[in-house]
Amino acid sequence: MKDLSYSAVMGRKNEIIKDAMGVDYRRYEREGIIFDYEAMMADCGYSLEDHIRIQRSVNVGNTPVFELHNLTALARKLAAPGKGARIFIKDEASNPAGSFKERRAAASVYHAKKLGYKGVIAATSGNYGAAVASQAAMQGLKCIIVQECYDSHAKGQPEIIEKARKCEALGAEVLQLSVGPELFYQVLLLLEETGYFNASLYSAFGVSGIETLGWELGHQFMEKYGRHPDAVVCANAGGGNLTGTARGLIKAGCPAKVIGAAVDLTGLHMASDEAFNRKSFTTAHTGFGVPYATNPDHSDVPRSAARPLRYMDRFVTVKEGEVFYITEAVATLEGMEKGPAGNTSLTAAFALAQQMDQDEIIVAQETEYTGAGKGINPQLSFARSNGIELKFGDPDEEVAGRNIVFPADPSLLKARDLDMDELRRKFIRRAVKGLDRTLSDAELAFLAEETRSTVDFVKATLR
Amino acid sequence: MAKQGDWVRIHRVILPAEARTANLPDDTRKVPFEMWVKGRLLEDGEIGDEVRIKTVSGREEHGTLIEVNPQFDVNFGSFVPEVLEMDVRLRTALFGKEAE
Repeated sequence: MKDLSYSAVMGRKNEIIKDAMGVDYRRYEREGIIFDYEAMMADCGYSLEDHIRIQRSVNVGNTPVFELHNLTALARKLAAPGKGARIFIKDEASNPAGSFKERRAAASVYHAKKLGYKGVIAATSGNYGAAVASQAAMQGLKCIIVQECYDSHAKGQPEIIEKARKCEALGAEVLQLSVGPELFYQVLLLLEETGYFNASLYSAFGVSGIETLGWELGHQFMEKYGRHPDAVVCANAGGGNLTGTARGLIKAGCPAKVIGAAVDLTGLHMASDEAFNRKSFTTAHTGFGVPYATNPDHSDVPRSAARPLRYMDRFVTVKEGEVFYITEAVATLEGMEKGPAGNTSLTAAFALAQQMDQDEIIVAQETEYTGAGKGINPQLSFARSNGIELKFGDPDEEVAGRNIVFPADPSLLKARDLDMDELRRKFIRRAVKGLDRTLSDAELAFLAEETRSTVDFVKATLR
Repeated sequence: MAKQGDWVRIHRVILPAEARTANLPDDTRKVPFEMWVKGRLLEDGEIGDEVRIKTVSGREEHGTLIEVNPQFDVNFGSFVPEVLEMDVRLRTALFGKEAE
């Protein structure tokens, strides 16, 4: 009989993950702090062409791009003369389960089936759960989705409960948990008990599956408009969306700037029971976006394939009230109802377009489905019932967990840059934490690559 | 009384507060780590009984029976007047006063 205590199970972590993924992450460790990222990505065994083939066979991807004429017109009214780029979205909501996350799920489930696993397990409160459930249904595997869902009063986020409903509708077992990082312990227990595949959000299979999104963007714009987009905005939480999209853009020869966007939840602790229901966004927020950018390897795999600092040109934040406002604008000015969290990148794009020339193109690279519990009205109604103040004003006065401030006027909506060099410095300091020696030249070069900086920058940070 | 084979929801404390990991904010450390899951009852039971169930993936789970024929109650929420006000402001900003 195995010891199922917390410490015993966490102690078996590496062994459990190895059995549950068929990947021995030790293969990619090199000298000192170095690991071979590209070897890990190549070793997953799926090229971009393979992902395209797999995704087409399960009805994923090839989603349309839409120009948002009225939002563009509104941005131009607010911008300086000659400014106001054309704003586009990639309608990822048209994937079978309603989000880009199916690109991530397709290869993981395909791979699990190929290796003979009977089922898949994913830890997610978000769209990834529906994506894995959908793919498992399509490819004939069993599926367990593990959600962080309730606070200690058993009060659940409506958006997460809707996701549970959808996962169950697609045939999955949904295990719901209260707030806390021990979710990982529960996932390890389930992996050990069932022998299922760990469909991690951060595996090379998953992240490389998103490369098709960037690749499609590169080609769709050339075919339809005869030119590449100038900027692509990606919601950035765990980093996989941005990483995969950027890698796909590079493979399509598209030189667009890659901009990360996250909802500003500064001040709310992500493992806090009391704060859990005081936020209106359960993903694409700074509570994930910043720590995962500066320390990618604290997920459910030893080495994350999501490494956004390698690819990000800028990282901007927007406020909760601004994302709800743009979600309403998409409904009332563009005639499309979409989920709020999926409009995080579009909210940033609306502000960023005003800094760009009129002949330029900016793309928000996703949308997501909407429904009961997961939409502007249910989420704002829930916020108000939790004592969050809703008001019009200057979104700069929004304090996460206390109020939601809708722009009194669209000119008040902003994209606020995070300091990229500060993020890089955090990453570098984190990487050498507890290391009592000087780094080799190869290690310095590795950190420069990880942070898309220079050896001199790394040295200056460590001085 | 719920019968064997009924579709139910159970609840179980996985880690009592004192067994939780050290790295937690104070408010979370004070409360247990809990789980909810659904399945078919493997034996007859009343609400509040300790029961065993079989989940849709075929696993056996145990916990306190809390709901028979569990349903989802997510909805579109109560009326939020600010949403309507956003519409008016957005249309006016783009199309001018005649939009009102």
